Amino acid sequence: MTDTQLLIGTRKGAWILRNGGGQDWRLEGPLFLGQIINHFVLDPRDGRTMLMAASTGHLGPTIQRSTDGGRTWAEAKAPPAFPKSDDPAAPSVHHTFWLQPGHASEPGVWWAGVSPPGLFRSADGGDSWESVAGMNAHPMHPKWFPPEAGGTPDGPMINQVVIDPRDPAHMYLATCSAGVLESTDHGGDWRPLNRNVEASFMPDPYPEYGQDSHYVTLAPSNPDRLWQQNHCGIYRLDRPSERWERIGNNMPKEVGDIGFTIVPHATDADTAWVFPMDGTEVWPRVSPSGRPAVYRTRDAGASWERQDRGFPAEQGWFTVKRQAFCGDAGSPQGLYLGTTGGEVWMSGDEGESWRQIAAHLPEIYSVSAVPA
Amino acid sequence: MISVSIPSQLSSYTDGATRVSAEGSTVGEVLDDLDRRFPGLKFRAVDEQDRVRKHMRIFVGQEETRDVKRPLKDGEDLLIFGALSGG
Repeated sequence: MTDTQLLIGTRKGAWILRNGGGQDWRLEGPLFLGQIINHFVLDPRDGRTMLMAASTGHLGPTIQRSTDGGRTWAEAKAPPAFPKSDDPAAPSVHHTFWLQPGHASEPGVWWAGVSPPGLFRSADGGDSWESVAGMNAHPMHPKWFPPEAGGTPDGPMINQVVIDPRDPAHMYLATCSAGVLESTDHGGDWRPLNRNVEASFMPDPYPEYGQDSHYVTLAPSNPDRLWQQNHCGIYRLDRPSERWERIGNNMPKEVGDIGFTIVPHATDADTAWVFPMDGTEVWPRVSPSGRPAVYRTRDAGASWERQDRGFPAEQGWFTVKRQAFCGDAGSPQGLYLGTTGGEVWMSGDEGESWRQIAAHLPEIYSVSAVPA
Repeated sequence: MISVSIPSQLSSYTDGATRVSAEGSTVGEVLDDLDRRFPGLKFRAVDEQDRVRKHMRIFVGQEETRDVKRPLKDGEDLLIFGALSGG
């Protein structure tokens, strides 16, 4: 926890929350006040390059970039943009949602998932971006992302890029209408990886594609284990199997297994945390019954335990969005989450207890714990 | 020479200037000239398909245009605004 800083992206700008030792957290900012910051990420390979996915209500999207650990910022020379076309229906990038540092063996490479659904790659540390034809011109792209499928309130998107730490050619995408897609050739080709994942809003509830994958992550200590928080439940997949198991069925029925995100333990591949939200009836997307809680599994999803000490015991109606829940590299592992109500909460004991370390921020979209 | 009115949303690109001069015989050429001097400005107002962004408005004098090919005559005013939107 000490020497940790939290990079916080919000609907109205970015902040950095620095740990000054012990219980002391100091908020610095805002950066880019008024800009919508969907993701704020440090490059772990050099420890000093930071990228922000930025847009505003009026202006088009861009990438803000720092190469000195956040002291100075400049706009990317060529932000993600689809190829120019004479087709009147040709897409244009509405916003970048996810920024992913590339594989450790590829310094300077970054990937970006955007809305409308598109994938972009940078080879110069995020300064200029190229459309990834293997996805954006894939023959199945119109079927994976049909306009009628809808998407998030901010539009359909590729909401996540995941890279296998053992192989830069092996990648996964989480998407809003094609579920999980996998590539084994560095993004040149993609195929659905959704067997046994429900899409309760489709005529065939277990289609090849059509699922809404909110978040996918690898267990850092076992990259063959994938965790997924889907629109329709919590899943686990152990490769080389291609059949996901709905481990959310083991959650308490009164809480359910709907949420936006899932956080794997840094060293224990059987442990992960979720922050459930209410997905009943009209989908309130708030803490179930107004009682916020994290749920932890320590047996790969066979059982879950409620962790709510410190959170409001009643009348707490926030939720936690996709990029707004994360862990650090400490032991015990520190956990951090940012809420739709602009609060930041942390746990220094692996979820047993929680305390608020910042409040009164705008709606939080992303929290990333990085070394100070 | 075209006189261009810059809205507050784009003034960070022009070092705070709300009125600048630019060269060009179409709206798009003027925006390209601005982008050379104030890198990044054009893409915030016009997308990669040369469509004026949904919440931006461009006027030539009193006349609104969403066509970057619209011709401009020397001495005309180009006014860029942020539309009423947001929350």
